[in-house]
Amino acid sequence: MKFLKFLFVGILFGIILVKSEAVSWYRIFEMFKFQSFHMYGIIGSAVGLGILSIYLIKKSKIKSIEGQEIKIPTKNKSFINYLLGGTIFGLGWALAGACPGPMYILLGTGVFSMLIVIAAATLGTFVYGLLKSKLPH
Amino acid sequence: MEYILNPWPWYISGPLITLVMVILILFGKNFGMSSNLRTLCTISGADKYADFFKIDWKSYSWNLVVVLGAIIGGFIATQFLSNGAPIDLSVETITDLKNLGFSNAGENLLPPEIYSWDAILSLKGLSVLIIGGFLVGFGARYAGGCTSGHAISGLSNLQIPSLIAVVGFFIGGLVMTHFILPLIF
Repeated sequence: MKFLKFLFVGILFGIILVKSEAVSWYRIFEMFKFQSFHMYGIIGSAVGLGILSIYLIKKSKIKSIEGQEIKIPTKNKSFINYLLGGTIFGLGWALAGACPGPMYILLGTGVFSMLIVIAAATLGTFVYGLLKSKLPH
Repeated sequence: MEYILNPWPWYISGPLITLVMVILILFGKNFGMSSNLRTLCTISGADKYADFFKIDWKSYSWNLVVVLGAIIGGFIATQFLSNGAPIDLSVETITDLKNLGFSNAGENLLPPEIYSWDAILSLKGLSVLIIGGFLVGFGARYAGGCTSGHAISGLSNLQIPSLIAVVGFFIGGLVMTHFILPLIF
């Protein structure tokens, strides 16, 4: 039963991303062409409200539903891995038009060719794991 | 009901994405989808090949349940909560896509020129999906996160590394969209 709540969050996430059209290859293309405000509005409003929400969560010292202190992880301080990794990610995002959340959601919309993208993304993660020690971070 | 069946505007969708992130934080977790790819690698036995995959995958299984929910959510949204309205793309986008050989842009969520069975049975179509997916999986782990982990969660938590990663997302995305896609299509 403890997993049921995560299933509902996932369902909510899937519905939002389909209805917002953020899962659409076309919307990603349009965003990178700067031809519509739509995607910028989605990400911008999500982050704006997110900054406020996390500020309030930290300030109120609210506990998680399991009664534990809420720890929001900070990212390691480095530079090159974020820029290089981010750029590689961006190339793939604009080519396939799907990032790791939408990949699964699109599978649910009935696009079974997305299984190829998911398999390739898993392989990409595996190859990163093999090469990690040799890459600049 | 009409408001639900029509595509949702950005000022509804964006705050709802924040809600998903906040719910996960209040559940004692965090919002990040690409880490599931690492968990999938570990479950498939990748821990025998690299220390990076030596993780207790059970402690990440909650996120795989989110993935399962996301698949179901995608199904529910298209089957029961949509009226088939085309995507309201800008006129310039439709024109640019037509010039690249993409017809009927916006009639589906994804272009049949890339995702239809006809397309993936061609070498070009299959390569696009494999290379695109590979770069997303490799890049997300190298950058330590994807759109959800960096662009939404990281920026909301005012993390400079996430800002650097998002700048990278845009460098890659702009290069692909403006220079490489016209060479491929």
